[in-house]
Amino acid sequence: MRLPSPEDTFLNNLGRIYGTYAGGFVAFVILLAVLEQLGVPDRIIGYLFVFFTLAVYAGIGIVTRTVKVSEYYVAGRQVPAIYNGMATAADWMSGASFVGLAGTLYALGYDGLAYVLGWTGGFVLVAVLVAPYLRKFGAYTVPDFLAARFGGNLARLLGIVVLFACSFTYVVAQIYSTGIIASRFLGIPFEIAIYVGLAGILLCSMLGGMRAVTWTQVAQYLVLIIAYMLPVAILSAQKFGLPIAQITYGAVLQEITVLEQQLLAGGLATAETLKPHLAPFTSLDPFNFFALIACLMIGTASLPHLLMRYFTTASVRDARRSVGWSLLFIFLLYVTAPAYAAFAKLEVYQNVIGAGLDALPEWIYTYGRLGLVDICGAHAASVEAVQAACAEVTGNQGILRLPDLAIDRDVIVIATPEIAGLPYVIAGLVAAGGLAASISTADGLLLALANALSHDVYYRMIDRRAPASRRLLIARLLLLGAAVLAAYVASTRPADILSMVAWAFSLAAAGNFPVLVLGIWWRRCTSAGAIAGIIAGFGVTFYYLVMTQYGGMPEWYGVKNISAAVFGLPIGFVVTILVSLLTPAPSSEVQALIDDIRRPSGGPVMRDRTA
Amino acid sequence: MAKRPRQRTPGETLWWGRTVRLAIGTLTVWFVFGFLVHGFVFQLNDITVAGFPLGFYMAAQGSLVVFVALIFWFCGRQEAIDRNAGVAEPEPVRGEMPL
Repeated sequence: MRLPSPEDTFLNNLGRIYGTYAGGFVAFVILLAVLEQLGVPDRIIGYLFVFFTLAVYAGIGIVTRTVKVSEYYVAGRQVPAIYNGMATAADWMSGASFVGLAGTLYALGYDGLAYVLGWTGGFVLVAVLVAPYLRKFGAYTVPDFLAARFGGNLARLLGIVVLFACSFTYVVAQIYSTGIIASRFLGIPFEIAIYVGLAGILLCSMLGGMRAVTWTQVAQYLVLIIAYMLPVAILSAQKFGLPIAQITYGAVLQEITVLEQQLLAGGLATAETLKPHLAPFTSLDPFNFFALIACLMIGTASLPHLLMRYFTTASVRDARRSVGWSLLFIFLLYVTAPAYAAFAKLEVYQNVIGAGLDALPEWIYTYGRLGLVDICGAHAASVEAVQAACAEVTGNQGILRLPDLAIDRDVIVIATPEIAGLPYVIAGLVAAGGLAASISTADGLLLALANALSHDVYYRMIDRRAPASRRLLIARLLLLGAAVLAAYVASTRPADILSMVAWAFSLAAAGNFPVLVLGIWWRRCTSAGAIAGIIAGFGVTFYYLVMTQYGGMPEWYGVKNISAAVFGLPIGFVVTILVSLLTPAPSSEVQALIDDIRRPSGGPVMRDRTA
Repeated sequence: MAKRPRQRTPGETLWWGRTVRLAIGTLTVWFVFGFLVHGFVFQLNDITVAGFPLGFYMAAQGSLVVFVALIFWFCGRQEAIDRNAGVAEPEPVRGEMPL
């Protein structure tokens, strides 16, 4: 065995290190709360939150820098299952999950739960079908596996195309939301805030690659989960005396149902404008509801930036276990999101709808000024603005009705501290959590993109004899390049970015899932079959997305394009199977490789000679 | 990298058969709680548990709890199958990583 090194001291003391860190973070929040009571202005509190957390992430990123190839790409394959679970949870939960999911549930009610189910259930597929086998194979990237299993660089190239299609728009969206949060809490222009966020992202990943990203993601997970659970727990404690909102919101749902009836009876809402919160299939028909769940679940099991997290564990057994830990840590956020939606809806139905236009709660104006709450079609910036706008609307008699109000979905989580009348420090905490969620996901995605370029394109396809130092230099330069390009695209505020993120799941599902699963579970699957399957499945999905969004093509059978993989997936499977059966069976070397991938014992199949 | 092709031993065939059956069983539970129960949302909503209509509760929490438990159960079963067939990895040398 190896001699103890500083690395082992770090791994041996993980519990103590992160325990101290979490305690330190809580102490920091309490310190800021005290400072606020002493009269320190809100803006300073916001600055301290953003810069302190960024400094901690950067510190971890610098301490865990590395010059070893295997450390850079797969964190030396010694991340314990539970910590890899936390890192994966942070990798997985994006700024959109953190800020937007509760808002989606607020708007869609029951139908929004398709996202909750889709973004959690997919981990069962990851654990059973994919992760342990990819870990055994020992690849650095998903295209690496495709190349080895399906003989050569064509399969690798297609894997890279799929990876880029589903990762680039996703990372742009993460940088975009970092910019939004940083600009709101630092009071600087969005275009500059993006580069502040970018600096935070790069400091975590530039020097240490996967190793640094892993340990900063663990730190970011702790911040984001504390920030997400605390405000709604306080809200629940205020109302029910029990700080477990995940249980108490059952009673809130009952109140919402009663209030919905009162709004309808009082003429403040009509049956067309009011979607009952608990009623299924009001926004999505059953087919689209289940299609969306399926696409999100299967997309989960196909997204390269997620799968590559399971390459970092010490064993196949740990890879499997860490999928369970990942889902447990993700579960904590996803069971809380519907509680946020319920508490926010109760507040709106109780205190906002039916209130006089001159007596709305203060938070309406706070977010109206930011352009996130509209009343009667205009930003609700002040009492006068609201009254002027509603005077133009026929039928409004000085009382706010449901159709008059439009709330941006991002407001629900961010406004909860104010709705509950909590001090500003809690709002700052939520911002720090949103920032952690965006940065951690952006880091994972950037690493996936840059690794595909440096490892698959440069090392495997251009210069197979490149020394380790040059490979790492290229990897870092490409990471920087990808980050700056993504930040530039984000700074142009592309209009469609959010809808494009939802597409990532369908593109990944159709492009990767059939060949990953068949490649592992079906020995007869051939290279020609896989290549045809990727082209057909990915191609159909891509065509459907682009044509329905930009080409004016009508939807096929009424399937929304967010579930485009409903077509691409079966086509991908069928084409892969048919072409495989028409071509000669894989060689005995490939069959031996499949046997080896399936058997947990014996160490990774692929070893890096410079590791 | 590639090893010499060889025949599978009867033990290996048995082991892989068990692995496939476990996967099918696990995915069946996944399908039931990911999709099937939500098809009965209207019927389930007639039952109320702690204020939650059961159909809503299953989609918001119930299925998620099942998914988490299912993965850990699956890990335990698969590890036992691997151990019994003698294809499991050696236990970790360092005692600090039981998880």
